Order: sequence, then C-alpha cells, then structure tokens
Amino acid sequence: MFRLDCLRSVYSDLENCLVVTIMGAVAAELQSLGHRPNFFYLQHAMGLASSTGLGLALCLPEQKVIVFDGDGSLLMNLGSLSTMARYRPKKLIHVVFDNESLLSVGGFPTATSTGTDLEGIARSCGIPRVITVRSVEAFKAAVRDAMQGTELTTIVAKVEAKGPAAYVTDLSLLENRFQFRRHIQSLKAR
Amino acid sequence: MPVSVTNSKLIYDALKECDIQLVSALPETWLVHLIRLAEEDPQMILVRLAKEEEAVGISAGAHFAGVKSAMLMQNHGFLASVNGIVSFAHLYKIPLLMLISYRGTLGERDPWQTQGGKVTEPLLQALRIPYFFLDRLDSVRKRIRQAQTLTESSLQPVALLLTRDLMWEE
Repeated sequence: MFRLDCLRSVYSDLENCLVVTIMGAVAAELQSLGHRPNFFYLQHAMGLASSTGLGLALCLPEQKVIVFDGDGSLLMNLGSLSTMARYRPKKLIHVVFDNESLLSVGGFPTATSTGTDLEGIARSCGIPRVITVRSVEAFKAAVRDAMQGTELTTIVAKVEAKGPAAYVTDLSLLENRFQFRRHIQSLKAR
Repeated sequence: MPVSVTNSKLIYDALKECDIQLVSALPETWLVHLIRLAEEDPQMILVRLAKEEEAVGISAGAHFAGVKSAMLMQNHGFLASVNGIVSFAHLYKIPLLMLISYRGTLGERDPWQTQGGKVTEPLLQALRIPYFFLDRLDSVRKRIRQAQTLTESSLQPVALLLTRDLMWEE
C-alpha cells in the first residue's frame, strides 16, 4: 500500500476537515493532489503535528480535525498519544502512516521495523478507537468510519517506504500558515 | 507548602483579563495553585501535558483556532521545548505566552534545580525571545497584559519569568 494512494482515496472527504500534516513525503504528496486552504503542513518540529491537531480540536470541538502523522514523528512525541487520550476530542482523527522508516532523511529504519507496535501503544495510552489497516480500501473505510463516528480514533496505516521525487513545494510556509488561520476564522464567522 | 496562593491568584486573574482561554501545564511546585485555579475554572481549557514541548503545538493549534493561550512550565520545561519553539513558533510566526518558573537562582534549596537556573536567560537571549520578570506585586497585571500584547503583535514567543520573590512565601 502506498501513502499517496491512501491520501487520494480520502482526498474528497477532507474538504470539510481541518488537516494537519507532518513534514516530508506526507506534505509533498498531499500538496501534489491539490492544496486547499484547510490544509496545514508542519514542515518541521517533528512530533508536534498531533499536538497541533489536539489544540485545534479542543478549541473547536464541533470541527472535524484530521492529522496525518508518521511513525518517525510520532516516535519523537509518544507522550502526545497519552495527552490526546486524556482529553479524547470526539472529532479528532489521528492517522499514522507507518513506513517503518525515516524516509526523507535516507530511509533509515525506525523502531516500528523491529517490532514497536504503534497500535498497541495508542490503545494502551487510552485512545478509544485504534485500528491498523493494510489496504487502500481498508484505509478509506477506516477514515470514513472515523469521520462519521464520535470518538477519537488513531488509524495506523502500514505503507511502503516510497516517497515523492521532490519534497520542496512552491507553497511558502508562512503563506500556508496565514491562509490556514484565515480560513478557520472565516468558518467561525459563518 | 509556602507557594503564594495570593500571588498565584493575581497571575491567574491577569491571564483571564487578557482573555486567555486555554492553559497548558506540566506541574511543578511553584505552579500548583495556578494549575488548580485553571482546573477549577469551567471557562478554561486546561491541557495537562506529558512533556512541555507538546504545548508549542497545542498553542499553535489554539492560535489557528483564534483562541488565546498561555503555557505554564518550569525553566527545565522550557529547556525541553526548544526545538518546538525554534522550528514551529519561530519558523511559522506563532505567538506563545510562556510563563516560566525561574528555578535554580538565588535562594534555591533543591540541588537538582541549580543547573537550569544558570542557562535560562542565556538560552532565552540566544533564541532572541523577549523576556521579562514577574517579581513585584504591583507590576504583575501590567506585565502580563503587555507580554500578551507583544506576543500577539510580534507573532513570536514572549517569556515571563516567575521569580521566587513573587511565588514563594517564607
């Protein structure tokens, strides 16, 4: 299963969500499908995408928020799983693309390649719904279920360690950040 | 425990006057009353962290959502947040109101706090983070309001160092 195919399978469902991604392949691939003002790409600060999603979800409890995290990033901030589980915002969806690799910095294997079980960790932290998926169909179904459900969900998507040809896009970081905030404020004004 | 209840309340009320609606915190002795006040306030979103760096992401999310937030942490928690500050708050111009208990300085009795005290200000300076002291009763409200104003206008982190003179009664 490829991450790009996963993203493509749910792209149309992201329209009404606030989307936060990690850096690297996830950000570049989502942008390759078409940037939208409700997408924020955290192009550094590894580990903090889930914390950002949590902050958004706690402040905007009626708003669907989806975080596209990765195994390398999540391993840098495993405590975030316990913090998310503590407050368990009902409309927060936490997707972890697990390619068992730090792909964008040379593909060195992460601890998930030697048995660290992110689904098990998320469950043990108290995330109410946790699922591992290994096919695009299962991924799409899991994301749609989570969007219709009312429980904090972590979806671990096991994907191939294959990324895009280029990681840098023409969207400036600050442009993205200001556009994202302005988009949210326009939603609140409606 | 001789942590000042009165002065903690003063700080908390000043945060409320600035329309702070979310507080993230990791407990430490000087912060206990502040955290309890947040906990007992139904209007306040209190986020108890596993590690202080998470607070950078949470405050960024709150900022995007249009909610003003404050971070309560010990100076050692500030040390633990540095990459988040640099590669999120600075990189993306995110306002952060950081209230940092300044342990390990004059009068410190806990040997384990004494190293952090030496590097807190040099590190704030190295990071070009404007910082000010909360050390006197009569300036607490004004400094908190001014720090909040500065962090919002500059879109960068601003630190307030909570001192022993203000937080400790003995």
